[in-house]
Amino acid sequence: MKMKFQTANQHTWRTIKNVLASAATFLSAVLVIAPLGLVFFHLLANGLSSVNWDFFTHLPKPVGEAGGGMANAIVGSLILLGLGSMIGIPVGVLGGVYLAEYGTARANSVLRFVADVLNGVPSITWGVVVYGLVVLRFKSFSAYAGGLALGLIMIPLILRTTEEVVLLVPNGYREASLALGVARWKTIVHIVMKTASKGIITGILLALARIAGETAPLLFTAFGNRFWDHNLAQPIAALPLQIFTYAISPYDDWHRQAWAGALVLVIGIFCVNVVVRILTRGRKISVA
Amino acid sequence: MNVAAEMSIQAGAAAAQMKSPSRVGDKAFEWLTLGMAVAVIVLVFLIGWELARGSSLAIQKFGFRFLIASKWDPVTEEFGALPFVYGTLVSSLIALLIAVPLSIATAVYLTELAPLWIRQPIVSLIEMLAAIPSVILGLWGIFVMIPWLRDYLFPFLKHLLGWTPFFTGPIYGPCMLAGGIIVAIMILPIITSVSREILRSVPNLQREAAYALGATRWEVTRIAVLSYARKGLFGAVTLGLGRALGETMAVTMVIGNTPQIAASLFKPGYTLASVIANEFTEATTDIYLQSLFEIGLVLFGVTILVNLLAQLLLKTMVTTSTTRAVQ
Repeated sequence: MKMKFQTANQHTWRTIKNVLASAATFLSAVLVIAPLGLVFFHLLANGLSSVNWDFFTHLPKPVGEAGGGMANAIVGSLILLGLGSMIGIPVGVLGGVYLAEYGTARANSVLRFVADVLNGVPSITWGVVVYGLVVLRFKSFSAYAGGLALGLIMIPLILRTTEEVVLLVPNGYREASLALGVARWKTIVHIVMKTASKGIITGILLALARIAGETAPLLFTAFGNRFWDHNLAQPIAALPLQIFTYAISPYDDWHRQAWAGALVLVIGIFCVNVVVRILTRGRKISVA
Repeated sequence: MNVAAEMSIQAGAAAAQMKSPSRVGDKAFEWLTLGMAVAVIVLVFLIGWELARGSSLAIQKFGFRFLIASKWDPVTEEFGALPFVYGTLVSSLIALLIAVPLSIATAVYLTELAPLWIRQPIVSLIEMLAAIPSVILGLWGIFVMIPWLRDYLFPFLKHLLGWTPFFTGPIYGPCMLAGGIIVAIMILPIITSVSREILRSVPNLQREAAYALGATRWEVTRIAVLSYARKGLFGAVTLGLGRALGETMAVTMVIGNTPQIAASLFKPGYTLASVIANEFTEATTDIYLQSLFEIGLVLFGVTILVNLLAQLLLKTMVTTSTTRAVQ
């Protein structure tokens, strides 16, 4: 067998390829982040001037009148998030607890699998389903329908994160509690879930940040509303819906409002993400 | 759960038997949580059932023709979904062509090639991109991206590739290509972060073996990492495809919303999700609404299949890599 030694030329070529690959992948990373920078820059440039006190306290003005705000849409979004939480949090958290505490390996892998598939269902599908289930039946768009759609989207998200953090609780905690004669369910609620509460809350916050910007499932459930309406059986305004309506309208005043609404929504979502990062950083330190 | 924990739980259960109320509580709590966990399975069937129920008349009336008929006319009550199927497939394909190389290259950079200090900041930024709602990306698409594409990129593409049927005709702005680009931006973060997880799960032994043979960093990545992770990366791409097919708001705002099948990517198109978003509240007749429900059913069926495939690919990848890592 003839040994073939690498010539100096080949070696240089391999080094060059190595540098080229690093440069190309670095460039890709820059291109992937670029849209974030561009979107944020344009949100600030176009939206900042319209974010003022009126924006948070006033109702939308009719076409042609400058000014006005999105107070009703902001409150509407909060109401919808609250209604969604009433469904998404209990079902998601308790379901996650089942996977972590009771489920057999086989049942868990099926449930996890289905939850992940459910996560991939397009959000507009939820809108259509809730329209059929609620809106058609009660013959009216309503806050309840919008909240239900958002709540159903939250379930698989919260279920998966809850399972993960509950599994992190050391078994010694469970054993200590059970050894004292505490019933298993009380052990789970008072010891395990309490220990994991920070992680569970993190998961809930992430789910809320995700659904706060959802528009498609609200189009024909919450529907949107230009006025204050405290009746939850009636259509309700939501920030993302209002942004959509204004963005596709032909009026400059409304476009400005859409940018302002988008800026407020994005800042809200980023703030929740920062809080989550602080919470998880604390957890990592305590685990280590 | 380890043996000691199992035993202690049994001991706890034995102790609990003495006090019947807490045993009842235990059973009740277990059943309660089980019910909540099973909700995810119930929900999948609920969606399928509700969509099928809502579209039963349309299914009866149009049958299989629904998927291959290309006329969508609410006035004459003729409904064929082909333009929407076509628009969804083409915009998703464009999105994948743009997003897959960029995302996988970024994942490679983040796990193999980047200096350590820069990795976490980039990962955080990608998470932030993922957090931007679709409707806001659509707003940016209408007022920033489309004017730029119309004035710079599209004329350039037309000049360069105008001889192909894909880049001909007048440039309006909102079009299939713009839809594909916005969907690409939407799916960049998910493909990147899942690919990154996959590459991180490649055991270090793989890399060390290649380094020991004198390979450069890039050669290690290509020979030892990428070929090993191929299946998982395919899963990541499939997951991205699932998101692309169902992407609604951003694409509705930039694709032009015209039900037509045209070779030129400068022509406006329409997707399954967009037609539901746009026309659902305008559907005045029963058969119109039923047809939109059927479009929802088609979209649901396709995304469920794509997601099933993605999860299967990802699952095999993760289990083989972890078992090998243990060995």
